Amino acid sequence: MQKRSLFILSTLAFGYAFLYIPLISVVIYSFNDSNLATIWGGFSTRWYGELFRNDQILDAMFLSLRIAATAATLATVLGTMAGLLLARFGNFRGRTVFSGMITSPLVMPEVITGLSLLLLFVSLKQYFGWPDQRGFGTITIAHTTFAMAYVAVIVRSRLAAMDESLEEAAMDLGGRPFRVVFDITLPLIAPAMIAGWLLAFTLSLDDLVIASFVSGPGASTLPMYIFSKVKLGVTPDINALASIFILIVSTGLLIAWATLRKSRIR
Amino acid sequence: MTDTANPLIRIAGLSKSFGDFVAVDDIHLDIGRSELFSILGGSGCGKSTLLRMLAGFETPSAGKVEIDGIDVTHLPPYERPVNMMFQSYAVFPHMNVEKNIAYGLRKDRVGKHEIARRVDDMLELVQLGDFRQRKTDQLSGGQLQRVALARALIKRPKVLLLDEPLAALDKKLRERTQFELMNIQDELGITFVVVTHDQEEAMTLSSRIAVMNEGRFLQVGEPKEIYEYPCNRFVANFIGTINTFEGTVASVDPDGISIQCEELGSTLRAVGDYAVAVGQAVGVAVRPEKIFISRSEPEDLYDARLRGIVDDQGYLGNLSLYRVRLESGKMIQVSSQNRRRSSKRFVEWDDEIWISWQPLSAVVLVD
Repeated sequence: MQKRSLFILSTLAFGYAFLYIPLISVVIYSFNDSNLATIWGGFSTRWYGELFRNDQILDAMFLSLRIAATAATLATVLGTMAGLLLARFGNFRGRTVFSGMITSPLVMPEVITGLSLLLLFVSLKQYFGWPDQRGFGTITIAHTTFAMAYVAVIVRSRLAAMDESLEEAAMDLGGRPFRVVFDITLPLIAPAMIAGWLLAFTLSLDDLVIASFVSGPGASTLPMYIFSKVKLGVTPDINALASIFILIVSTGLLIAWATLRKSRIR
Repeated sequence: MTDTANPLIRIAGLSKSFGDFVAVDDIHLDIGRSELFSILGGSGCGKSTLLRMLAGFETPSAGKVEIDGIDVTHLPPYERPVNMMFQSYAVFPHMNVEKNIAYGLRKDRVGKHEIARRVDDMLELVQLGDFRQRKTDQLSGGQLQRVALARALIKRPKVLLLDEPLAALDKKLRERTQFELMNIQDELGITFVVVTHDQEEAMTLSSRIAVMNEGRFLQVGEPKEIYEYPCNRFVANFIGTINTFEGTVASVDPDGISIQCEELGSTLRAVGDYAVAVGQAVGVAVRPEKIFISRSEPEDLYDARLRGIVDDQGYLGNLSLYRVRLESGKMIQVSSQNRRRSSKRFVEWDDEIWISWQPLSAVVLVD
């Protein structure tokens, strides 16, 4: 027993080390005093200072956050509507097809999603003159489309686990269907919506491929900026930026996980 | 008991099918004011679908429902003078006890003071006064059940529908709650329609019972009627335990009939007015508690008397159950009250004994 648990523990340690050592080393090197990103030269926080004096980085970060917040909000609204429809409106024609189709953006290669959206935007511009410029708007739309699939899946599974007679009871007591959604359904799926929003937010913040396709000149998200700089060689301020990113994303995921867990316990 | 000229609920030709499956098949029923009516049946017999049609959650395929003279067949649940207590209780988890109970009145835009007063009344009725601020996850199953009951009663519905009201409670609590439900029903005079699979529950609660199978009512009547005079084999077997013997009618006279029973090799008497003809195949059914067990031959020659061997016996405290193998090889069940306090058994395994019953106890089953 003792021996086996030791084996399990070391396997676990190895697996997690494999996952997290690269991330940890980025965080450590972000406090490197040296001008070279890969050689240790003592502890310093100067790259963080440098980072916040770099307007390009700040612009990119601000754009990314704006896109992520907008896309997450739109995705939550649309995804919740889709999840509600799939879970609560009976067995309408084609429900199985739609149920399957909602998950396909989750497994679709990003290159394909990005390319197809680019084609869509280009032809839209050709026929309707909109969007005349690719940037914030187009990236937000692109992120909304794939993020809403995640939200819909989370909301639907939450609804599937929820006793349908709660809504029936509210209707029985005189609540009209539209009121019942606001009185009963939405408060009860709120944790799933919050988790969905946070997930959508982090997904949007992370995305490089789709954003690269649908973005235009002058609109670089943070991942796009980092990627383009890294192509010219890694500089220490990128390590600092990456560390901040890791912090934001992991906080978001942690909150998402905690809200879902809390609601499940209840 | 039932005011037939002016029933509260009138169900006429009500049917519901899902695709090819007929869940409820041409039900006709009148339920009177202040009745406590039970619909009893196994799972999948259509009883829940019937209840959901009364509540308005299912649209009937055919037929109509009238409540207090008003056709409600196509009214949505929120416009019916009917409230329902769900099997899962469906107490809103994000509201406290008070808010749960007040929900129905708030939807009707009743004034604040009126709501407060009626919530107080309800809390008192279900004895939850000390729990009004409690969250629902801090309540026991029995308390949740009472919240659900109070919430459904506060709008003073003409009819309260109860879907398996006691199924989620443990045995002791169930017995107590049964009587509480009856008292509340008595106090408020509201018509209760209960759906249940538990025959004991139906027997104790109800003023009338409908036994349902495959979407149809097999028998509707008072509990005693259903138990003592089951109209067919399904009802006889569904309610309680019963021994059935197959035979053919040998003679019919004004007092009753005689049935030649091949499997027993004897003739059985049944008292009563049955519409049967000589030569017709019928079943004779006797409840275990109507059968007497004795060591010596019973004296009353008019009774059915059969010899047998004790195959098995069980001591239940208040009752003893016996399985007796008759001379013909047929097994029958007998139960008797343990009236005398004794640590000794009345009969042992493999003892030869006599069993007997009065002709009045035999029920003739035609189909």
